[in-house]
Amino acid sequence: MAEIQSYTMNFGPQHPAAHGVLRLVLEIEGETIQKADPHVGLLHRATEKLIETKPYNQSIGYMDRLDYVSMMCNEHGYVMAIEKLLGIEVPTRAQYIRVMFDEITRILNHLMWLGAHGLDIGAMTVFLYCFREREDLMDCYEAVSGTRMHATYYRPGGVYRDLPDSMPKYAESKYRSKKVLDRMNSVREGSLLDFIEDFTSRFPACVDEYETLLTDNRIWKQRTVNIAVVSPERAMQLGFTGPMLRGSGVEWDLRKKQPYDVYDRVDFDIPVGVNGDCYDRYLVRVEEMRQSNRIIKQCVDWLRDNPGPVMAEDHKITPPTRVEMKDDMESLIHHFKLFTEGYCVPEGESYAAVEHPKGEFGVYIISDGANKPYRVKIRAPGFAHLSAMSEMVEGHMLADVVAVIGTQDIVFGEVDR
Amino acid sequence: MTDRYDTLASKIDARFGEQVNRVASTCRELTYELDKDDLIKVATALRNEADFGFEMLIDVCGVDYLSYGSDEWTTNSASGTGFSRGVEREPVILDEADEFDPERFAVVYHLLSIQNNVRLRLRIFTGTANPPVVKSVVDIWNSANWFEREAFDLYGIFFDGHPDLRRILTDYGFIGHPFRKDFPVMGNVEVSYDADEGRVVYKPVSIEPRTLVPRVIRDDNRYAADLKEPSDG
Repeated sequence: MAEIQSYTMNFGPQHPAAHGVLRLVLEIEGETIQKADPHVGLLHRATEKLIETKPYNQSIGYMDRLDYVSMMCNEHGYVMAIEKLLGIEVPTRAQYIRVMFDEITRILNHLMWLGAHGLDIGAMTVFLYCFREREDLMDCYEAVSGTRMHATYYRPGGVYRDLPDSMPKYAESKYRSKKVLDRMNSVREGSLLDFIEDFTSRFPACVDEYETLLTDNRIWKQRTVNIAVVSPERAMQLGFTGPMLRGSGVEWDLRKKQPYDVYDRVDFDIPVGVNGDCYDRYLVRVEEMRQSNRIIKQCVDWLRDNPGPVMAEDHKITPPTRVEMKDDMESLIHHFKLFTEGYCVPEGESYAAVEHPKGEFGVYIISDGANKPYRVKIRAPGFAHLSAMSEMVEGHMLADVVAVIGTQDIVFGEVDR
Repeated sequence: MTDRYDTLASKIDARFGEQVNRVASTCRELTYELDKDDLIKVATALRNEADFGFEMLIDVCGVDYLSYGSDEWTTNSASGTGFSRGVEREPVILDEADEFDPERFAVVYHLLSIQNNVRLRLRIFTGTANPPVVKSVVDIWNSANWFEREAFDLYGIFFDGHPDLRRILTDYGFIGHPFRKDFPVMGNVEVSYDADEGRVVYKPVSIEPRTLVPRVIRDDNRYAADLKEPSDG
């Protein structure tokens, strides 16, 4: 009987560790991976083509649905590209709000990543801890935009509305005692900023908790140290950005190197890895959560002291207030034109990149002067990372494939678009 | 435009001269157009020479300029019955022509230099050939692999020298290149389960195309070049 040398195995698309709809065709010898061929596109919705058929502002909601665990960062990239073309200034308060919510989003994303990554390679508890904190941040999303996930909160020219003065509270229920209810609502008595400030004060202790579970955990280290090592040269060559690049030791963060909004006014550090393995990328992301927490705290302090407009005053692009509309004909016309036709963007092209939790999220817009973009290209960080999958898993064991999927922080909403 | 970009622009002009052609930008970005035959030479130099040092290829994307600048709504003049009522559909031009308009398909490359902290955009037009073919840059930047597959899948642009040019985002067995401007937004086929045949069947689409907001281009003299301050973003 002929000896079987290597065989091909199908992984996904219905696999709990595939993070959605990844299908991998693996060439295996024994239990060692020789080659991995990711098949993507099972979640392809032609977002870019749909955006071409709609006025600019109607596509902000599509951005939330790209990387559906870091919603507002996607919106940020899109509105920045439009603002660049229009050449409008964003009020400082709106910039601070955006930075604050970008960082809240970063923590949201990293918590999701940490929980799922842990779960994939055998750490159950951390998942529950992460989702506990995620819930609070989702409440911030809800308070500011009305939805827990798909916020559609950023607009070209600012943000949709100012921060609310009250937080939604838990309702009475026969399953909760009065005492429990009061405790749950105790941090929600004040404004959204009070709630976020309270979060920033207790979050570092939560990160310590996750680290207690994982950082020195023998099993965790066995599963991540020296797995999928990427050299800095290869990382750049493969188009890695964000924590994937920093984990390999390249100190590159758009928030520092090409600052947008008010990132040049807040104080934070960039963590950098040494070995470029899964463990270093884990450490980088955990430290990023702490740094994000610092940024949020600084934004809260600034936002408390500096009330002001959160939307540009140019009513050719941003809607006038309801009050203005009631007694000003011009405002009424602006409102009508803006919501039926949208605004025309001058001819040209722009590329805006933000430091998304996963890497560089870029939006390239070509405008031919119409009220709809001529071409939108979304540069998703996960797409470039996933293309390096084969190189990263080569020579590793089958079980390490899930560790690599986890460390790449893949979300199919953005990979498939 | 900051000094960094001015220095880079003068270096590129000095090094490549006639090979590259700078495109004016309204938002402080550096864009060059070049002939598709010069791509590999220019790209290799941009990556390897210390003056440029573009070690990262951030993005490659296809563009179809077929309906660039055309709108569905005439707003400049009125007829005897009033203004245009909105959507006027352009006849669909099928891509079975032997030759394309030389400026129809373009490939846009976004480069990033980490050592010099600058970005650069290159654009090449694919010329008249059907199907359009350009040289692959996979050997220069490995990250181009999937980006080129995507441009091939969505626009039907072939990349000569690509190791594995397969479709990537569309379904197995998909026909056509969906991001071309002559490909309808709702597609050509719809998929359903046929209980009689006991399998999934493909049928021509049954939904009608519709436009909620017509595409309109208005002359806005606020953006006219001579009115814009040079310092404006």
